[in-house]
Amino acid sequence: MHDKPVLEVRDLQVDFPGRHGTVTALSNVSLSIAAGEILGVVGESGAGKSMTGAAILGLLERPGHIAAGEILLDGRRIDNLPDHQMEKVRGREIGAIFQDPLTSLNPLFSVGAQLSETIRQHLPMTKSQARVRAVELLAEVGIPAPSERVNHFPHQFSGGMRQRVVIALALAARPKLIIADEPTTALDVSIQAQITALLRRLCKENGTAVMLVTHDMGVIAETADRVAVMYAGRLIEIGAVDQVLRAPSHPYTRGLMASIPALGARVERLNQIDGSMPRLDAIPPGCAFNPRCLSSGPRCRMERPDLVPTAHSTSACWLHAGGTA
Amino acid sequence: MLVFIIKRIANAAMVMLAVALLAFLIFRLAGDPVELMANEQMSQADRDNLREKLGLNDNFATQYARFVVNAAQGNFGISYRNNQEVLGLIAERFPATMELVLVATFISLVVGIPMGVITAIQRGKWYTESLQFLSIIGVSLPSFVVGILLILVFSVSLGWAPAFGRGDVVDFGWWSTGLLTSSGRAALILPAIALSLYQITLIMRLVRAEMLEVLRSDFVKFARARGIPRWRIHFRHALRNCLMPVVTMTAMNIGALIAFALITETVFQWPGMGMLFIQAVTFIDIPVMAAYLCIVSFIFVFLNTLVDIAYAVIDPRLRAR
Repeated sequence: MHDKPVLEVRDLQVDFPGRHGTVTALSNVSLSIAAGEILGVVGESGAGKSMTGAAILGLLERPGHIAAGEILLDGRRIDNLPDHQMEKVRGREIGAIFQDPLTSLNPLFSVGAQLSETIRQHLPMTKSQARVRAVELLAEVGIPAPSERVNHFPHQFSGGMRQRVVIALALAARPKLIIADEPTTALDVSIQAQITALLRRLCKENGTAVMLVTHDMGVIAETADRVAVMYAGRLIEIGAVDQVLRAPSHPYTRGLMASIPALGARVERLNQIDGSMPRLDAIPPGCAFNPRCLSSGPRCRMERPDLVPTAHSTSACWLHAGGTA
Repeated sequence: MLVFIIKRIANAAMVMLAVALLAFLIFRLAGDPVELMANEQMSQADRDNLREKLGLNDNFATQYARFVVNAAQGNFGISYRNNQEVLGLIAERFPATMELVLVATFISLVVGIPMGVITAIQRGKWYTESLQFLSIIGVSLPSFVVGILLILVFSVSLGWAPAFGRGDVVDFGWWSTGLLTSSGRAALILPAIALSLYQITLIMRLVRAEMLEVLRSDFVKFARARGIPRWRIHFRHALRNCLMPVVTMTAMNIGALIAFALITETVFQWPGMGMLFIQAVTFIDIPVMAAYLCIVSFIFVFLNTLVDIAYAVIDPRLRAR
């Protein structure tokens, strides 16, 4: 299905050294995305999904750093590049979209100025060429009257339109990979659908690989080709969207799916997974999910399961790995 | 935009009227001007004449209206002390103070802003931490101490710059400038540094605080993700978002600098308005004091209005649609 991945992450580990010892925020994260493919990354807040995106972009907040593993973009290692070389990768080869379009744009520059700045940073273009390109980009992301709107300032756009501008900025240099970190979370539901449709269209038309970070299963179901589920800094299940959503293997994924209320059905109590995700400095031994898991057994408290292929996906659970919990 | 400017100017005019009332009340409350002007030998008839001539027999409102009309035309009456036109006296001194204040402001911006940016982006390095520490000293040293220290080091010991006076000046109409002669420039350096030191530290600390705030914002992170180089993010995207309070403070402080200049001018024997004012206070020369009050507040109000307009230029969100 994906012969040569655009992005390949192998055994990524991110550490945060602190006063009370080092906290490992991500460990053993391995994933790949092919051209034209959308990989959804889901999980609770703090599970490490945004952190994975930041690590790929080389924008981990200090003192966080990549402690082990490698990140390959088109087969080239990018996790160990010095900052000035990484500046040429960001924007040029990896585009990024962040959660809040209201604060992602500099309020003091027109969207045209911000677009031209990004374009000219990465492509050898004159001012007027970059201007033409900026208008094209705005048209491409579906902004009406782009030649007029290019002179407007961020505050003159609505939230949904601003997220389109942010997407145009991410696309400015035709990157191979886009990391979209909760791109629809701050938007109205009706706008969300437009933005996810736009992302999907751009990905398929340009053959861009997209990593879509979100906690919204609905967005994943509509947009992603494959989905990766994260828990406490680790990947616990990864597979094709229809497989994982229809037949989740990992008890945590099952819990996530069960907690989505069905439309039309009014129930007394909403389903939930009891308890909360452990703090990163207090992850229990064995499987990190075992204290909340309904099917956990003695083995889950002692040994950590690795990702293994199951009938429908790849998941990290003793139920599938050894047959017994 | 035009409506906005007209509103601001109307506001400014109201403030000026209130200030004029205050200045006028000083006249009324600070004793009898005739008694202050008259000498021992003056007869009662002469005194009554003078009183009539000064219009002191009219009612309060008429006198205030006359004062405002005259002041608006730049007529602040005659100095009690040396019988010269007050406006002429001030016009003579005004360029000296203004040059000093503007040069000091210029120095404080040119030095303070980059220092603020650098201490923010290189936070934790030994040189930025020592700058931070030194700036506390800069804020807490009174300006006359700084002035005296500067004179001691650069005039007395090293002999690089004159310790007092303004040097040679060149006249352009009523404006006299020391910027065009080498002795004028040499004389300007020390008082300007003494006056700007406090401002430099203030601007540096303000810019640093603002930068730290802005550098945490999402659009800076997003600019990094777009591959914009660090220096460009710092000096273009972040700095411009810090400038609003800097513009406000600088403009406000030009007014304060004129007040501070009073001390610096005394230390350096700088022939500016501050010296004139101190002399006026010693001699209870009320027209000069009233004119000084009006002119200084006019500068304050004028700058305030400029700041409001400058906001609209820096930040497109404030422009009237």
